[in-house]
Amino acid sequence: MCRLFALTSKDPVSPMEAIKALNVMKEGHDGSGVGLLLRDLGGPFEEMKDAPILSGIFTEEGIRKLDFFMMEQGFMTKYKMSIKVPKTGMEGIPRRGLYLLRAYEYPDSWDGLSEEDIATRLMMTRLKIRAMGEEKQDMIVFSFWPDTIMIKELGDPLEIARYLGLDRRDMKARVIMAQGRQNTNYAINLYACHPFFIKGYSTMTNGENTAFIPIKDFLSTRDFPGYTGYQSDSEVFAHILHYTMSGLGLGLDAYKHVITPLQDKDLDAHPDAVFLKHLKKSCRQLIIDGPNCVIGTLPDNTVFMAQDRKKLRPGVVGGRPGMFAFSSEICGLDAVIPDRDKSRDIQPMHLDTAIVDPDRQEIKICRQTEPLSSTI
Amino acid sequence: MSSNRTIKPSSLSLSDLPWQICWKKDRCTLCGQCTAVCPVQAISLSVFRKRNIADSMNPSNLLKLANSSSKTDSSLQTDTLSHNERPLSSFETYYGIRQKTTIEEACIGCAMCSMVCPNDAIEPRRSHGIDRYRFHINQDGEPRKRGGRRNSTDSLLDRIKFIRISMLTDPALDAGRHEFELRTLLGRILSPKENINRLRNNGWIPPVREIYPLIIGGMSFGALSPTMWEGLQMGVAYLNEELGMPVRMSTGEGGCPPRLLRSRFMKYVILQIASGYFGWDEIIHAIPYMKEDPCAIEIKYGQGAKPGDGGLLMWHKVNKLIAAIRGVPQGVSLPSPPTHQTQYSIEESVAKMIISMSMAWGFRVPVYPKISASSTSLAVLNNLTRNDYASALAIDGEDGGTGAAYSVSMDHMGHPIASCIRDNYLNLVKLGKQNEIPIFAGGGIGKNGNLAANAAALIMLGASGVQIGKYVMQAAAGCIGTETDRCNVCNTGICPKGITSQDPRLYRRLDPEDVAQRIVDLFVSFDIELKKIVAPLGRSTSLPIGMSDALGIDDYQVAQRLNIKYVV
Repeated sequence: MCRLFALTSKDPVSPMEAIKALNVMKEGHDGSGVGLLLRDLGGPFEEMKDAPILSGIFTEEGIRKLDFFMMEQGFMTKYKMSIKVPKTGMEGIPRRGLYLLRAYEYPDSWDGLSEEDIATRLMMTRLKIRAMGEEKQDMIVFSFWPDTIMIKELGDPLEIARYLGLDRRDMKARVIMAQGRQNTNYAINLYACHPFFIKGYSTMTNGENTAFIPIKDFLSTRDFPGYTGYQSDSEVFAHILHYTMSGLGLGLDAYKHVITPLQDKDLDAHPDAVFLKHLKKSCRQLIIDGPNCVIGTLPDNTVFMAQDRKKLRPGVVGGRPGMFAFSSEICGLDAVIPDRDKSRDIQPMHLDTAIVDPDRQEIKICRQTEPLSSTI
Repeated sequence: MSSNRTIKPSSLSLSDLPWQICWKKDRCTLCGQCTAVCPVQAISLSVFRKRNIADSMNPSNLLKLANSSSKTDSSLQTDTLSHNERPLSSFETYYGIRQKTTIEEACIGCAMCSMVCPNDAIEPRRSHGIDRYRFHINQDGEPRKRGGRRNSTDSLLDRIKFIRISMLTDPALDAGRHEFELRTLLGRILSPKENINRLRNNGWIPPVREIYPLIIGGMSFGALSPTMWEGLQMGVAYLNEELGMPVRMSTGEGGCPPRLLRSRFMKYVILQIASGYFGWDEIIHAIPYMKEDPCAIEIKYGQGAKPGDGGLLMWHKVNKLIAAIRGVPQGVSLPSPPTHQTQYSIEESVAKMIISMSMAWGFRVPVYPKISASSTSLAVLNNLTRNDYASALAIDGEDGGTGAAYSVSMDHMGHPIASCIRDNYLNLVKLGKQNEIPIFAGGGIGKNGNLAANAAALIMLGASGVQIGKYVMQAAAGCIGTETDRCNVCNTGICPKGITSQDPRLYRRLDPEDVAQRIVDLFVSFDIELKKIVAPLGRSTSLPIGMSDALGIDDYQVAQRLNIKYVV
């Protein structure tokens, strides 16, 4: 079972904090990979919040293709953060080309476009780059989005962090998601590493998704080009989140009603029973059925944790105003925020979504039996 | 028949028949129960004549012979006869059970004789090899008709295994303790966006029923006896009201008893309409008095057992009650035309019928067609996807049963269910409508007794639920038909178990209470088995429709065709 850790902090912190948490939870993952999402960035990216940042791994050939392609699109490089790896490789971590973190200026032709249009074009650009790299595996792209960095690599999280020099001073963020991977069902593939990202929505999950095939079939036929990939059965969690909030225009509190709907008895007693019954039926193919703990972030940097219907996975949320963390295990939380009031730690149960808003003042628990914030 | 008489082409000997009666003289008490119960009068009490030959090695035989001779000639005293004067042979007669060899009276293997025999003295045995009877069962140019089944034990569904067992990081669920919600939806489900849109704008949202995924398929009142039908209804009502299992039952094309139409139990019933419109006069007139809407309306265009052929209720079964409910004269055969006659094309027929039926109940009741599995099923489905009022599609495969059909239709017509369901489901996936039009599968589910495994396999191939008929008759009423051409006389009204008979002497054998009890047994045990299948796959809170990654089969070509895993 993978281990998850997410942090949301008023002040930018180093991703090493999250890596530290993963390291203390090492018993729970096999060191087969790590994925990092950094948002609400500090450091040099602080000054360019609107500029889309391309995160990925490119070979020399790949970078040439990328430069040519981006120039053709009209993107201008605004800033790049170079990650230099040691000349001697490290056992268990494959040698790759360049870990690219590059902020771009929007093409002039995009001036005047609506936010939604820009978001869609950014996603399409990412998909195009990904497709261009499929054949020769020379371009791997994780995200292309403002104020967002993603790094994924195979190997032990702490060793990778050291290898990539993630403890550098200019790499800081206020929202960090990290997953230590337990490789189970599928061949190791960088695209299969969590977290997954789509248009500002991101999730990471542990546990297997037993309903993967029907969910994948449903999402891939929504006529939305971003619902693709699926090297991991957990990628659908991010896409369902995007579909619920962006596609259907519902709030975060509806997410759990989509993936783990209430049973009839509880539905009948719910204030939004009529709406929820319709939602349950029409989104039937999005019901997850496995043992999953989902941690995610929204475009506005809200962070949340939701559990499966039977609460088969561990998960705890704790912290203090200004800094909260979401962790698979309490020891992860202890490693990063030892000075919190532990009596206020929350382990979300089968009906709960634990939410920390961007103001980072408190943990809110949204129970599925409560009225929805917005329905129709 | 004497050896010097003319032999007709259709004169058969016992060994030509598919079933031979094995009768044990030493156990028979000549009580006559077997001859009384035989539905086809294949056996009768007969006199047999036996010649006994004397031989010196067996003096007791000699004595017997002498005694029997003495009956014919009392003057003869054996003890006074010399050795040479004693008779060497004599005849005795005895009573016994004789099997008839006429075409009409050939044994059907139902074994009711064994069931009633107090001394286990009689039983039918299957003939070895190909019987010659089958070449003659078309007397007067009328091909064989029969009820029942395809008579093939082959089952692809039985070979499908559930291979994706949750191990290692993911706990398999506990079939006995975890919560399960294994229900399905019957009705047109809108896409999530369209559903929200219509809720917002108070638009019409099609009716959707949440039901149990195992449905009792269409067996009409008429094809089934009143006691059988009553038993089914009682069982279904009990499952719903006492056990909370939303089990539904289709009426078949034969109408519905007036009291049921006007009762609250109507909501558990799927009313079937077909090309004969039998019983629909009664139904239409009852609409204003209905306390509850029916669960759904099923428009039958075809049956898996006899695709392209209409329903058939033979005159033997059209008694006063059946005639009244169906609105027809008594004692006439009731063949439904192959298609609905009021429209000139099947597409239009589907569209118009769906609209008419929806309208009759104020668009509150799901309406869907049932068709035979066919290579043209996809065309029907594509039609339905463009018809907003079409609620589902039921597809009946070649292994489906029937009350009556020509043997040739049953044996050689039709399409296997597995690939048909799979093709249709994958077509819906391609259109992104896999959650919008549920597909229900029927035909051969549980034909060899593996009901839950067959049902689960079809669900994972893409069916939203399954319909069963023959299995219900076997499990709930003790139908003795098997896949080896046993009995199969549902069409003639002489069902020895009283399941498909309209003769009170026969259907009184069946107690509706017992049928109801068995229906409950059947569904409760199915539910446990279904959980035992889905729990290890890590599924519990939703029916695993289209979860094809769980399936495997040991045949490469089949695996390719069904798009499931090949496992050996």
